[in-house]
Amino acid sequence: MEMIWELLPEAMLFGVLLGGFYAAVSVGLSVSFGLLDVPHIAHPAFMVLGSYCTWLLGQRLGWDPLVCGVVLMPVFMLFGIGMYRFYYETFEKRGADVGVRGLAFFFGIAFIVEVGLILVFGVDQRMVEAAYIGKSWELGEMRIPMRMIVAFITALVLTGSLALYLSKTFTGRAIKAVAQDEMALRLMGVNPVRIKQWAFGLATAVTAAAGAMLIVVGPVEPSADRVYIGRTFCVVVLAGLGSMSGTLVAGLILGISESIVLTFFGASWAPAVAFGLLLVVLGVRPQGLFGR
Amino acid sequence: MSAILKVEGLSKHFGGFTALDSVSVAVEQGERFGLIGPNGSGKTTLINCISGSLRNEAGSIVFDGHEVSRLPAYRRTRRGIARSFQIPRPFKSMTVLENLIVPLQFVGHLKTADAETQAIELLRGMGLADKARTPSDRLSQVELRKLELARAMAARPRLLISDEAMAGLSGSEVDEVLKILFDLNAQGITIIMIEHIMQAVMRFSQRVVCLDAGKIICEGPPTEIVKNGDVQRAYLGA
Amino acid sequence: MKFWLSAAVLLGLAVTAAFTVQNEYFFFAAYIVVQFVILATAWNILGGYAGYVNFGTGAFFGIGAYTAVLLIKAFNLPLGLQILASATVGGALGFGIGLLTLRLRGIFFSIATVAVAIILQTVILNWRYLGGATGVQILRPPVTPPFDNYVKMLFCVAVLLAIVAVAIARYVEGSWVGRGLRAIRDSEEAAECTGVPTLKLKLLACVVSGALMSAAGAPLAMYQSFVEPESAFSLNYSVSALAMPIIGGTAHWIGPVLGALLLGSIQQLVTVTISSELNVLVVGVLLVFFVVAAPEGIVGLARRLLRR
Repeated sequence: MEMIWELLPEAMLFGVLLGGFYAAVSVGLSVSFGLLDVPHIAHPAFMVLGSYCTWLLGQRLGWDPLVCGVVLMPVFMLFGIGMYRFYYETFEKRGADVGVRGLAFFFGIAFIVEVGLILVFGVDQRMVEAAYIGKSWELGEMRIPMRMIVAFITALVLTGSLALYLSKTFTGRAIKAVAQDEMALRLMGVNPVRIKQWAFGLATAVTAAAGAMLIVVGPVEPSADRVYIGRTFCVVVLAGLGSMSGTLVAGLILGISESIVLTFFGASWAPAVAFGLLLVVLGVRPQGLFGR
Repeated sequence: MSAILKVEGLSKHFGGFTALDSVSVAVEQGERFGLIGPNGSGKTTLINCISGSLRNEAGSIVFDGHEVSRLPAYRRTRRGIARSFQIPRPFKSMTVLENLIVPLQFVGHLKTADAETQAIELLRGMGLADKARTPSDRLSQVELRKLELARAMAARPRLLISDEAMAGLSGSEVDEVLKILFDLNAQGITIIMIEHIMQAVMRFSQRVVCLDAGKIICEGPPTEIVKNGDVQRAYLGA
Repeated sequence: MKFWLSAAVLLGLAVTAAFTVQNEYFFFAAYIVVQFVILATAWNILGGYAGYVNFGTGAFFGIGAYTAVLLIKAFNLPLGLQILASATVGGALGFGIGLLTLRLRGIFFSIATVAVAIILQTVILNWRYLGGATGVQILRPPVTPPFDNYVKMLFCVAVLLAIVAVAIARYVEGSWVGRGLRAIRDSEEAAECTGVPTLKLKLLACVVSGALMSAAGAPLAMYQSFVEPESAFSLNYSVSALAMPIIGGTAHWIGPVLGALLLGSIQQLVTVTISSELNVLVVGVLLVFFVVAAPEGIVGLARRLLRR
C-alpha cells in the first residue's frame, strides 16, 4: 500500500507531461480528421517520418532536435498541401465509394512510409542527443526527466498557438466554418478547397514538430506509428471531433492513464491502454467530451 | 378520419443547439400536408425523427396507433413510413430497377421475379420505365428525384414524406413531380411535402404547418398561412 | 452448377498434385498463396460488399492460429475440430467488434479493428501458457493417411477451405443479403429507410468474415509447428487481405481470388529472389496505385476491355 502512495505523485506528474505531449501529437489529427473529415490513418506515420527527418538533420548538421522540428514545419506544410490536393482530386471530387478507397489509400500510404523507413534506416531504434536529454529535475522526492518538461512546454506552445489561430484569425475561423457549413463559406466568396488544403498543410506542419518532440521524448522506430494510431485517435475521439480544448483534456486523461498503468502494471501493457480507452469511448460516448 | 401520424412534444438537440422544441402535429389519413419554414428551422430534422434516421430525445411519435419512436428506421419503413431524400441518394452501383428491388424485397418480401415486375410498374407510373436498366449514377436531376419517389413508393407506404423533391427543378419539371404526388395521393397515400417552392405547396396542400427555429409558428389552410405575419417574418427576417 | 463442377475439379487437381508433384517447396509456397485466397475472400465479404474496411485481419488470423495451438496443447484435438473452433472464435470476435462499432461511421469500425489487433497481440504477449513473446512449439501428430507429407495434406485442406470460403462469398453476393450489403455500401441511410436491417446485415457480414479469417489461421500451427505473436498477428496479413481484393476487384467474388493468386505469387517470388521487406513494400505500392488509378481492380479493367 505504501508503495502506491510513493509512486503515485510521480506517475501523475509524468502522466500530465506525457498527456500534454499526446495532445500536441494529436492536434494535427484533430484538424485533419476532426474538422476536415479526412480518414487520415497515416497521420502517425507522417509524425514518425518527421522524427526520422529530425534525426537525419541532427546527424548531418548537428542541430538541436526542436530547431530541426521548426525547420521541417514549412517543408511538411507544403507536403501536406500537396497530399490534400491529391486526395481531394482523386477521392472527394469523384464522390463515389470514397469511404473504402479513402481509408485504403491512407492505410497504404502509412504502410509505405513505415516500410520505406525500414528500408532506408533499418529496424533499429534511433535517438537524438540534446542538452536536456538525459538530465532530470528533482522536485522533492520526485525525479522528472528534463526532456519531458521541454516536450510539454513545446506541446503547450504548439497547441495553444493553433487554438488561437483557429479562433482569432479569419483563415482560422474559416477552417472551423468549412467543417460546419461549406456552402455558406462558398457564398461568402471563400474557396473551401483552398481553405481545407491550407488546414491540412498546417496540420501536417504541426505533425512535423510533433515528430521532433517524439524523438526527444524517447527513441523511435519505424513501427512506432502503429501504437500512435491508437493514441492519436483515442485523444481525438475522446476530445470530440474538432474540439481543440478537448484535445488537451483528452491528452491529459490518456497520459495519466498510461502513466499509471506503466508504473503499476509494466511497460508491456502500456500500448493497450490507448486502444482500450478508445474502444470504451466508442462504445459508451462516441461523440466524446466536447463533441459537436 | 383519424390521424395516421401523431407527433407530440418532440424535441431534438445537437450538443447545445435545439433543433426541435416540443413539436406537436397531427396528420390525417389520406391528407396532403405541407411543411414549410426557412432554412435551418428544423424541417429535415423533424422528418429524420419521424422516419427514424435520428432518435428524438423527448416526445412521442404515434403512427397508425403504434408508438414508433423507439424503433429503428427500417422497422418504421416496414410499418408504412417512407421518405425521399432532399439530396437524392440512389444506390449508385445499381441500375434504376435494382434500386427499387431493394425495398420491394426488404419490405414486401417479394421474390426477385415478382419484384422486377412490380418495379417496372412503378417506374412506368413515374415515367422512368425506359431507364430501368440504366445505372442510377447516370440520371439527370429530375430523373433522380423521380427515382427517389419511386423507391419510396416501392416500400408500399401508407405515409410518404417528400423532402424538397422539387428543389432546383424547372417549371415544367415541378409540374411533373407535382402530378406524380397528386396521383399517389389519389391512391390513398398520405403525403407530407416539404418544399420551398411556395406555388407548389399552395397548389398541393390541404393543410400547411410552418416551422421556425424548431417551433411550430402557424398551422392552417395554405391561403391563411401565406397571409400570416409570423410566417412572413420568419422568411423575410422582419 | 458450373461452379461446383469447377470446384470439384480443382480439389481433384490439388489432391492429385499432392500425390504426384515431388517438389516440396511448391507446396510450402502454394499453401501460403491459397491461405491468402481465403483471407482476401473473407475480407471482401465485409469490405467489398458492405464497404466496412477491416484493418485488423492479422488479429483474426492470429486468434485462429492461437486457438488451434491452445486446443492442440490442451486436448490434442484433430485439425478439423481446430478449424471449427477457430471459426467460432473468429465469428464471436467479429460479432463483438461489430456490436461495439457498427452503429458508428465506417472509419470507427476500421480503427476499432486496429485496436483489437493490438490489444489481442498484447494479451498473447503476456500470456505465459501460450508462450508469450517466444511463442509455442508443438509436436505434430502423425499425418492422416492417405497423405504421407504434412505440407501436402495442409495444402489440400487449405484448398478445401478456400472453396468453402469462395462458395460462401458467391452465395452472399448473389442473394438478398448481398443486395442489402450493396445498398448499405452505396448509401447506408437510404438503405435503412428502404427497409434494409442495416445493423443485422452488417453484423452477419462481420461474423462470417471473421469466422473465415480465423479458420484460415488454424492450420498455421501445424504448418509451421510453432506459433509466435510477431508473425501470427503480422501487419502483412492485414495489408495483404485488404490489398488483394482491391487489386483484384471488390465487386465480384473472383476479384479477391485473382488478387490473392497474383499478389501472393509475386510475394513468394520477391521474397525468394530479393528480400521480404521489399515484397511487403510492393504490396503497399500496388495497393495505393490501384486505389488511385484502377479502383475497380482487375475485374473492373477486364469488364471495360470486354465491353469494347
